[in-house]
Amino acid sequence: MAHVRYVSATRVYTKGTPPAVDALDLDVKDGEFMVLVGPSGSGKTTALRMLAGLEPLDGGRVEIGDRDVTWVQPKDRDIAMVFQNYALYPQKTVAENMGFALKMQHVPRPERDRRVREAAKLLNLDDQLLDRKPKALSGGQRQRVAMGRAIVRQPQVFLMDEPLSNLDAKLRVQTRSQIAELQRRLGVTTVYVTHDQTEAMTMGNRVAVLSGGQLQQCDTPRQLYDNPVNQFVAGFIGSPAMNLQTVPLTEGGVRLAGTVIPLPTAVRTAASQAGLRELVLGIRPEHLHLADGAGELTGEVVLVEDLGSDALLHVRLTGQTDQVVARTEGRKPPAPGQEVTFRVQPDDVFAFHPVTGARLAG
Amino acid sequence: MSALPLRSREPGPQRFRDMSVKVGWGIVAWVVGIAFFLPVLWMVLTAFKPESAAETWPPRFTFSPTLAQFRLVFSGWGPYVTHSLIATVGSTILVLLLGVPAAYALSVHPVKHWRDGLFFFISTKMLPIVAVIGPLYVIALKTHLLDSIWLLIILYTAMNLPLAIWLIRSFMLEVPSELLEASELDGAGRIREMTEVILPVISPGLVSTALICVIFAWNELFLALNLTVTNAATMPMFLISSVPQEGLYIAHLSAAATVASVPVILVGWIAQRSLVRGLSMGAIK
Repeated sequence: MAHVRYVSATRVYTKGTPPAVDALDLDVKDGEFMVLVGPSGSGKTTALRMLAGLEPLDGGRVEIGDRDVTWVQPKDRDIAMVFQNYALYPQKTVAENMGFALKMQHVPRPERDRRVREAAKLLNLDDQLLDRKPKALSGGQRQRVAMGRAIVRQPQVFLMDEPLSNLDAKLRVQTRSQIAELQRRLGVTTVYVTHDQTEAMTMGNRVAVLSGGQLQQCDTPRQLYDNPVNQFVAGFIGSPAMNLQTVPLTEGGVRLAGTVIPLPTAVRTAASQAGLRELVLGIRPEHLHLADGAGELTGEVVLVEDLGSDALLHVRLTGQTDQVVARTEGRKPPAPGQEVTFRVQPDDVFAFHPVTGARLAG
Repeated sequence: MSALPLRSREPGPQRFRDMSVKVGWGIVAWVVGIAFFLPVLWMVLTAFKPESAAETWPPRFTFSPTLAQFRLVFSGWGPYVTHSLIATVGSTILVLLLGVPAAYALSVHPVKHWRDGLFFFISTKMLPIVAVIGPLYVIALKTHLLDSIWLLIILYTAMNLPLAIWLIRSFMLEVPSELLEASELDGAGRIREMTEVILPVISPGLVSTALICVIFAWNELFLALNLTVTNAATMPMFLISSVPQEGLYIAHLSAAATVASVPVILVGWIAQRSLVRGLSMGAIK
């Protein structure tokens, strides 16, 4: 087992363009499940490939354990990777696929077979599947074989590059929990790349949010949700996304839809120190509480998405052009066209700098 | 049947036009196909005719078939077919042995000036071969390779290698990069990467490349005609030698030509599936 450390790791694909990964500093603890999440082009896959040794570094270094592996060959890094398209060798059987790395390490045949069988058992792969070619397997089975190929090696670190993106929605949710559970059982340090924030939130011990090649925030899922450091993290984490509205500052708070929403003193001080006249207000959908006419925010329901257990209301607030989304109980949601009012707790409101996107807080 | 199922379809005249277009193209396809096939049929039929019945006009389709011409062919083809086999198989094996590493160096891990290399290979095909036959003859003479089977193996290898490199390279480019990266992580070196990952994946492509090389080498006449006499004369030269100075020879020539085309057709037929898979490799996931 080992910890992983990125120290100002940088990768520039073409000179003169912004780095794909820009001075990344990240510590992954021993045995931790770390998720790198971000939109496409955020540098998350590049960061993973730098750790794998498939991408050279243009600056900084990468450590596994206490060893600097920046210029170490991929095969000598003691890692195993699960690829997005599984990358199973099409002409080899499942057993040969899983045992290939061991064969390359000249592990004797009986030992190899034993470890392949062990891994197959761990992943609920039938023995009869071991003699099949990947083509004869279903998507979910291929995914498990790819996992098996990594497990058989008993590496210090697992690297996973969007391993669930080729599965259908239901299987993805199932496999998601299986992988998380398996990782906990094996206790192997894991770096997992995904663009899906739900996967990130449900699987990771900690989640590193990347955007534009830069690390935005690295913390536990709970902390990311409750205390995003900037507008990007706030908008990226959470589904449906946080409602973000640019609103003018007034005495004691901000003006939204004709009413004043009070802000904590610390936020107001920070805003005035920055010389701001407006800021970006963030409210999570579940923090817009329906108030039966007694609330301060009024608006008209445009669309109702009924999810069964709850319903998402798309509402145009009075005097605003953008819509906001509110999560309400699913039983009796208001109908489209209906006037509604919302109550908001001042503590549930986030404020961000309109230019830099940084969180405004005391 | 009632008219009910028809109602949802297009109106009659439109359907009729679609049908006639389809039938029209069908007829064109058959005409073209037959135009290509008729000479072959004529050759095979003529091969079974006695010499006297071969040169009639219009061609006769009823005759008493004879194997006399084939007997004649088989009595004389021994050395020619041996030379052809050695030159064809030998050069094709050499082409694959040289072409695979060359293509690898131009695709999977491209060398520094791979573009120039690629262009150089294909540029050797731009010069008409007639232009170099003089120098080739002199070189062959000085190296004592004139009328030797080794000369044909070398020349056929050189002749087919550029095309083979281009073909194999395009197959190698189709190998998913994730597969190569997986093998790199699994600890496979360059040799294992080639033998365990790349070659199995591109094997249908290699088969089709080999087949094309076999066809070209088997049918080659110009070099063989100019640089060999007896010790290395090949099947195409046997065909020419079947034409006597005087007298009737059409039936005999047809029999020889039929025999000469059988191996290529046979190999092509056996390799048919690989060929289709190889030449449409991009479709394989």
